[in-house]
Amino acid sequence: MPQFDPTAFTPQLFWLAVTFSVLFFAMWRFALPRLSNIMEARQQRIDADLDKAASVKEEAGRVLAEYEQAQAEVRDQAAAVIKQAGDRMAAESTARHEAFRAELAERTRAAEQRIAAAKDEALANIKTVAVEAARAATAKLIGVEAPIEQVRDAVEATARKRS
Amino acid sequence: MAVEGESAGHGPLAQFEIHRWISIEPFGVDLSFTNSALFMTIAVVLAIGFLMLGTRRHALVPGRWQSVAELSYEFIANMIRDNVGQDGRKYFPFIFTLFMFVFFGNMLGMVPYSFTYTSHIIVTFALAAVVFVGVTTIGFMRHGIRFLGFLMPAGIPVFMAPLIIPIEILSYFTRPVSLALRLFANMTAGHTMLKVFASFVFGLGVFGIVPLALVTALTGLEFIIAFLQAYVFTILTCVYLNDALHMH
Repeated sequence: MPQFDPTAFTPQLFWLAVTFSVLFFAMWRFALPRLSNIMEARQQRIDADLDKAASVKEEAGRVLAEYEQAQAEVRDQAAAVIKQAGDRMAAESTARHEAFRAELAERTRAAEQRIAAAKDEALANIKTVAVEAARAATAKLIGVEAPIEQVRDAVEATARKRS
Repeated sequence: MAVEGESAGHGPLAQFEIHRWISIEPFGVDLSFTNSALFMTIAVVLAIGFLMLGTRRHALVPGRWQSVAELSYEFIANMIRDNVGQDGRKYFPFIFTLFMFVFFGNMLGMVPYSFTYTSHIIVTFALAAVVFVGVTTIGFMRHGIRFLGFLMPAGIPVFMAPLIIPIEILSYFTRPVSLALRLFANMTAGHTMLKVFASFVFGLGVFGIVPLALVTALTGLEFIIAFLQAYVFTILTCVYLNDALHMH
């Protein structure tokens, strides 16, 4: 076998030493540091991005909480305003109701008084007419001038009996 | 070249022959640039080119080449972390180089008409010897003379020592041999077998389809072996390094 030829040993050993040393030096000084730098940089970038993402998420959470708080405050305020307005309207409505009712009662009373007055007047007129008519009738029928007080009394009595 | 009989022909072993292309012989020492040296150079150039060109953009989102480069980095880094631990970090460049050198050598050997330098016992043995000497030195530097306690595992009765210590010594010194032989034998056997089956293809005429199919399947298998042997060589280095750093 060619592998066991001792004359081929020294050139192979020499070039093995040379090439292996070159490869070792290139790996040690250049290739491996470069690879490790690349991978380290990537890891750092990933870590930094993750940190940033976490802080942004935290920030978003805070903003959301603030927003919700503000919303709750505004909602409370709105409810208060609505309640206030409702109360005011209710009070106003009650007041107007009362005023209207009072006015209505007042007017009703005035109207009733007017009606009563008119009725009295009308009744008085009727009695006067009835008295005149009775005196005229008695004068025509029996030719007696009946005294006015007597006729009025009779009319009053009849009216009272009828009513 | 200096192989008897078959060297001139195209026998299964012709692919392992060393050809001196540029003769360099200072002080009578033969340092010629051979086909083996050429493929070592190609492997080194390819490995450096692959890792440097693949990563030249420093892309945050890696492209194909950069992905593969990062994959190889993490593959070896994880291997060291799992087998050696944190204090194996400083040996990372050497172990990475070892893997790349063996892996590219094995893979280049799969190219037709190429030369597989990992099929030469002297190359694999030199790599194994560097690992062995390095690991033993690290062991003594780390633990001093107590590293010899490695040969007498804790918890074994003293009267067993005469039996255990020679066995441990033998097993310790067998490590570089088995490391070198495993890679050499796998590469040599695989390539020889491919060549033998391939030589049947034309000899059998129409029935040559059978060895052809076999060679196709074996080529796939050889690719797996090319990776696997580089992996085994590297992981055993890690295991030996772990033994040296942490004892038993």
